[in-house]
Amino acid sequence: MKPDMDLVPTASQTVGPFFRIELTTDEHCIRCIAAPQANGERVWITFRVLDGDGAPVNDAMLEIWQADANGKYNHPDDAQAKQLQPGWLGFGRIATGEDGSCVLETIKPGRVGDGAPQAPHLTVAVFARGMLKQLYTRVYFPGEPANNDDPVLKLVPADRRDTLMTRSDPARPGHWRFDVQLQGERETVFFDV
Amino acid sequence: MRGFEPRDREVAGTRMDSGVSTRTSTKAYARLPKGSQPPSLYSPYQATVKRAPLKPLIVLPHTLSEITGPIFGREKVGEKDNDLTCQHAGEPLGERIIVSGRLLDSNGRPIPNALIEIWQANSAGRYRHSGDQHPAPLDPNFSGAGRTITDEQGVYRFITIKPGAYPWFNHYNAWRPAHIHFSVFGSAFISRLVTQMYFPGDPLFAYDPIFQSIPDERARERLISKFDLETTQPQWAKGFKFDIILRGPEATPFET
Repeated sequence: MKPDMDLVPTASQTVGPFFRIELTTDEHCIRCIAAPQANGERVWITFRVLDGDGAPVNDAMLEIWQADANGKYNHPDDAQAKQLQPGWLGFGRIATGEDGSCVLETIKPGRVGDGAPQAPHLTVAVFARGMLKQLYTRVYFPGEPANNDDPVLKLVPADRRDTLMTRSDPARPGHWRFDVQLQGERETVFFDV
Repeated sequence: MRGFEPRDREVAGTRMDSGVSTRTSTKAYARLPKGSQPPSLYSPYQATVKRAPLKPLIVLPHTLSEITGPIFGREKVGEKDNDLTCQHAGEPLGERIIVSGRLLDSNGRPIPNALIEIWQANSAGRYRHSGDQHPAPLDPNFSGAGRTITDEQGVYRFITIKPGAYPWFNHYNAWRPAHIHFSVFGSAFISRLVTQMYFPGDPLFAYDPIFQSIPDERARERLISKFDLETTQPQWAKGFKFDIILRGPEATPFET
């Protein structure tokens, strides 16, 4: 059936350069997804957004959506037979600084899905001046045995999968780095959703 | 949590492109119709040239991670957050307006209790942002940011000042048509929308690459609010209507 033209989803437009006055004020940023009492392995992920020249993008916003340590989302459509951690929302919102980076504190999510479970991952939406619509990517953790069976990673050409993997910081346990490379040789994998 | 009736859950085997099936409940969300959204790369808007991915996007069958998303409570919004004219001691300068509309999903169902955030320039075309160097005055009585939650019928309402057009450096003599930025959350992370609302009859539309980046003419026109006498309040403020449609679940079973 053809969709009613009047019910076609509204077109996206760029977030522009001035979104900070509302979306990422100190009050409206969510730099820490997990409350102090949340169960799970606490991680700090330093994101860096880079353009096609490798230059830092200092006016980007990242929104993060993730399940809790059990792999359960706070959402009425998540019918998995799992208990959601009390107080868990699972949403983060951070803005890049002059060096194109920003830090998210959270806990490592569990596996989602009870049939062919997905490996632990965060979903990230990237917004910036110069981006007419958001881009979606995912953050995975290297060395997870579940990565081998992850149905989404399987869709990604093998030689590009590592763009979706965080890199650990050997000097600082629990700290990870993830580059969002908008363009170039090592362009991050983005998903058409 | 949202105070609306949960829609039917479809708990069914979901076949993914990889041939792997998951038993998680997955609603089907339609792909966006061709031409209704701007491309990532649109060279007349110069900043896209170095910021648009050039490798093909990977088509992702929707999993629970895509069809869920944050649902905010009313505690995120203060009582007066939707009135941008009363955030300071005095009233801002400019043309007072009411902007109102309905938030619907692509099945025409109202989306209640959804967070809508807006930000904009003042009546002189200046943002209260350190990066805005346009030599137009700041208004001490206008911050240009607000938020609200849709009511049970999916209706939102803001009181604000009509923003001015402002110059930018994209091309020679470039001016953005007057607009208000909108940020909207639906029930799924893939329904997330950031857009801009324009005003009817703006002579700058034809010259604006951000507006023109949307291929479909009707999709462009739907970003233009409509003057509305019903919303207008006598002796006080003009009213504009702007309805917003977000991707919603389909009635048909999920197929990739």
